[in-house]
Amino acid sequence: MGKAENPTRGARCMGLVLLVIIWLITFVSTYFFIAKTWWLPVGASAAAAGIDHHFTTTFILMGIVFVAAQVSLGGLVWIYRDRGSSSSKVNYSHGNTKLEVVWTVLTTVLFVGLNLASSSIWASERFRAAEADAVRVEVTGMQFAWYFRYPGPDGKFGATNPELEDASAGGEAALGLDTKDPASKDDVVTGTMVVPVNREIEVILRAHDVIHSFFIPTMRFKQDAVPGLAIHMHFTAIQTGEYEILCAELCGLGHYKMHGMLKVVSQEEFDKWLAAREAEKQ
Amino acid sequence: MATHEFAAQESHAHGAPQGFIRKWVFSLDHKVIGLQYYFLALAAVFVGMFLSLLMRIHLIWPTLPLPILGDIKPETYLTLVTMHGTIMVFFVLTTAPQGGFGNYFLPIQIGAPDMAFPVLNMLSFWTTFLGFIVMIAAFFVAGGAPLHGWTGYAPLSALQSSGPGEGLGADLWIISIAIFCIGALMGALNFITTTLDMRAKGMTMMRMPLTVWAWFVTAILGLLAFGVLLSAGILLLMDRNLGTSFFVPLVTINGQLTGHKGGSPLLWQHLFWFFGHPEVYIAILPAMGMASQLLSVFSRKPIFGYKAMVYAILGIGFLGFMVWGHHMFMSGMSPYTAFAFSIMTMGIGVPSAIKTFNWLGTLMRGRIRFTSPMLFAIGFVSLFVTGGISGPFLAQPVLDIQLHDTYFVPAHFHLIMGVASIFGIFAATYYWFPKMFGRMMSESLARWHFWFSFIGTYAIFMPMHYLGMAGMPRRYSQMTEVAYLHDLIPLQKFITYAAFITIAGQLIFLVNLFWSMFKGKKASDNPWEATTLEWITATPPPHDNFGGHTPVVHNGPYEYNVPGAPRDYVMQTDPEIEPAH
Amino acid sequence: MLDDDGVLPPVRGGGGDDGSGPGLPDYAARLRRARLGLLVALTPVIMLFVSFSSAYVVRQGLPTLDPRTNALVRDWIPVTLPKLLLINTGVLILSSVFMELARRQIRSKATSDPGVFAGDQMRVSWLSMTLVLGLVFLFGQWTAWRQLAANGFYVATTPSSSFVYLLTGTHAVHLMGGVLALFVAGIASLLRRSVATRSIVVDVTAWYWHFMAGLWIYILCLLEFAS
Repeated sequence: MGKAENPTRGARCMGLVLLVIIWLITFVSTYFFIAKTWWLPVGASAAAAGIDHHFTTTFILMGIVFVAAQVSLGGLVWIYRDRGSSSSKVNYSHGNTKLEVVWTVLTTVLFVGLNLASSSIWASERFRAAEADAVRVEVTGMQFAWYFRYPGPDGKFGATNPELEDASAGGEAALGLDTKDPASKDDVVTGTMVVPVNREIEVILRAHDVIHSFFIPTMRFKQDAVPGLAIHMHFTAIQTGEYEILCAELCGLGHYKMHGMLKVVSQEEFDKWLAAREAEKQ
Repeated sequence: MATHEFAAQESHAHGAPQGFIRKWVFSLDHKVIGLQYYFLALAAVFVGMFLSLLMRIHLIWPTLPLPILGDIKPETYLTLVTMHGTIMVFFVLTTAPQGGFGNYFLPIQIGAPDMAFPVLNMLSFWTTFLGFIVMIAAFFVAGGAPLHGWTGYAPLSALQSSGPGEGLGADLWIISIAIFCIGALMGALNFITTTLDMRAKGMTMMRMPLTVWAWFVTAILGLLAFGVLLSAGILLLMDRNLGTSFFVPLVTINGQLTGHKGGSPLLWQHLFWFFGHPEVYIAILPAMGMASQLLSVFSRKPIFGYKAMVYAILGIGFLGFMVWGHHMFMSGMSPYTAFAFSIMTMGIGVPSAIKTFNWLGTLMRGRIRFTSPMLFAIGFVSLFVTGGISGPFLAQPVLDIQLHDTYFVPAHFHLIMGVASIFGIFAATYYWFPKMFGRMMSESLARWHFWFSFIGTYAIFMPMHYLGMAGMPRRYSQMTEVAYLHDLIPLQKFITYAAFITIAGQLIFLVNLFWSMFKGKKASDNPWEATTLEWITATPPPHDNFGGHTPVVHNGPYEYNVPGAPRDYVMQTDPEIEPAH
Repeated sequence: MLDDDGVLPPVRGGGGDDGSGPGLPDYAARLRRARLGLLVALTPVIMLFVSFSSAYVVRQGLPTLDPRTNALVRDWIPVTLPKLLLINTGVLILSSVFMELARRQIRSKATSDPGVFAGDQMRVSWLSMTLVLGLVFLFGQWTAWRQLAANGFYVATTPSSSFVYLLTGTHAVHLMGGVLALFVAGIASLLRRSVATRSIVVDVTAWYWHFMAGLWIYILCLLEFAS
């Protein structure tokens, strides 16, 4: 018993159609990756080069695996289609232990190796604290805006008090700045983040209400701002310009419009800007 | 015609029920319960798809008012996102493959007359159904359904004042999930006890079909994970309603203090993802078992590396509990912990890769029949590979900095968990429909359905990788506010059009399913010439599955084209074949 | 168990409601399956309490950011547990002893020859006494809660009090399930279930009950010593 009759033409064609479609999808999507039609934004931070380089490495390796697997799949379903009586004999095999070991080891080496190769970048970005002379900016997220606070000449952030918060008044009031604290006198609060180029920036991330995430695509920077925590991060901008800041953690109905702007300027311009802001406070 | 050996014993027989209520509503028969789960999932998937269609429309036409529903406000969009994810993950992906096909076929494939605890089985379905009703109810209460995403991060989900829908709607969402947990745990109990205790004579663990292994390990994952989700839900309900502060630190909403203090938002994430990561394996393992099954049947060849496949399923299950932190690389968690999780995560890619190699190895030097179930099995492999390839990007924290919470993430999980699992469900439907309903589905309609789905889902989700790399964040209800996002709108439009077409293609499946139940060509007992135990039963199987007998098993589940055998398949109950090597 | 032809001997009847004889393979198989089911069912219960325990440990050690001073402070205030909880513990342990006696009694009845009955009276009374003690325990827990409240510790007063209510409350809910099972086992004779079935129900309930007692001791130790 069992069908020994020849499969229909339609059935034989199916193998070829599957091959064509699978290969087409593979090559079209790979093309757009290689052509970088839609790609990472230009990197403008010190960490970007290393991160982007590791992106490329991962792309190439995983790209090879992707293409190889899909091409094999398409090829196999066509080559080994049931051709009726003209099919070659089926290979009755329960597997090949040696082969299993080989590809298990290779896959492990590839995956774990990739990860270990990136570990030094992760370490320098996250294990290391900011340098002592970094420019400190406190970044606070709240529904639905970012505020930036500079400690001023005294180098200290003044106290804030949740009971003093008034989001509708913006700026210092939104942060609940306690103006009675002497350290608050020289704190500058802005809605735009201005930093000097080629200086390490220490970011102290806070949130008032729910989790937000401070995302600057061009700086290859992202970190959740969590209420109840003050998270210290750092980055160094190496290119002047204006860069988008987005919120990257669902925070409520205004999540899509909770964005800000990072302005990277020369040291002199930064000093002038900060001095002007201080002067406004008098 | 080979005779199937049965044990010279009467099997445990409980008489077939009489009356409509006992037969079709509160049935204790695992086959009816399986169908109940299946149709619940079918209803849920159309609800879920409809929600996603509304999302896609709003993204590219944010100001377009819709018929009946009117304007979709930003908060409504987020409600759609939340409920789409929740309904799809729980009521489709955790329900159809396991509750649906697992219930129907696990007992039969191991030669048992029913599940170990039929009353519990019936209760598990109705509990799950109740959970679905409560979830849908969230849409209709004051404030509507929640907007906090299927992941429900606190404090957004823990404060009634954090946004529209975060009142009663959010409470119902949590309660629905808690009810679902109970139903899932009841089901897991049955699956595990049945697999361990009710296998027919000769059905050793290493002769079980890979579908059974998959259902078994999935049930173990569920058993360990759903209790933790339940615990998280209880704590969240307490924070929301009793003023406790498990997850909420001292926060202000719109400048108003909430009265909470000292809680940890990260604690929610740890508890949720300790469940959430095994959950994605719960969603995909049955489909992997199905793919293994079908690739073997329709290549007329044993599965390549059965033992390795079993170890891979066990490995995926075990490692699945050690990687949850990879959802939290950017959360404020210690970067050292992040590094440890990332190594484990790269590790879990290995058993998945092994399975892929073995699927390809099964096809090689086989004799492939392009039946509708086989098309979806082949499609599954392609989608699984594509979805899997994006994993190593996200698993490396350094790259995750850029990709976390962008469209790259939904590209990854829709392909590898959503679509691949759905293809597993479709494949199982086309494969087992003849056994369940006694008729064949239309092959030509099935082919149309396959091509719409295969090309369509690639067209929807492949571009999302590009969007993610270009910096498109998740859960943005519109792209009007950030300058560089304007350039990405054409790509989003393409995705939306592809979604329309793909969803339309699913109607072909619906038509095929219901039409074939009544008008399909009558099916023989074993139309696919497969070897596992469900194909020795009558079509549809009688109440106790094997007509008063218990099968005796002599062979493994994948004996195709055995050298020297009279035909190209050897049933599991046929006389023992000579050992192969 | 296999005879010479390599097949299993015939199984008598379907077991369960028809009063088929206990002590045959069917009874042992059913008992084993029921116990396996219980073991599996206890796993998520354990996971629930493991999850609560880890939340407890984490929360205890977690410093919180005082937004006024920007300093990390520890705000864990241990709760003085009412002495009543020790009495309740004794009640629960005693109920476990009675439960075990009930379990052994009905087991010996189920595996002995039919027709030789020990007095029905004795079997019912161990079971009922367990049930009564279970209810006493639950009432005792409720009273302990009222004592806590009288001392100013409500659910949301401090994180430590939240956990006290959470852990004792969740345990109590699970124990109520056990009480319900005891009730069902108790009236099972009235529902004319076979002694084999009743023995299995009591056996499974007994192990569940012992587990609940052990779990309670764990919770008490966690609250008392892990502070």
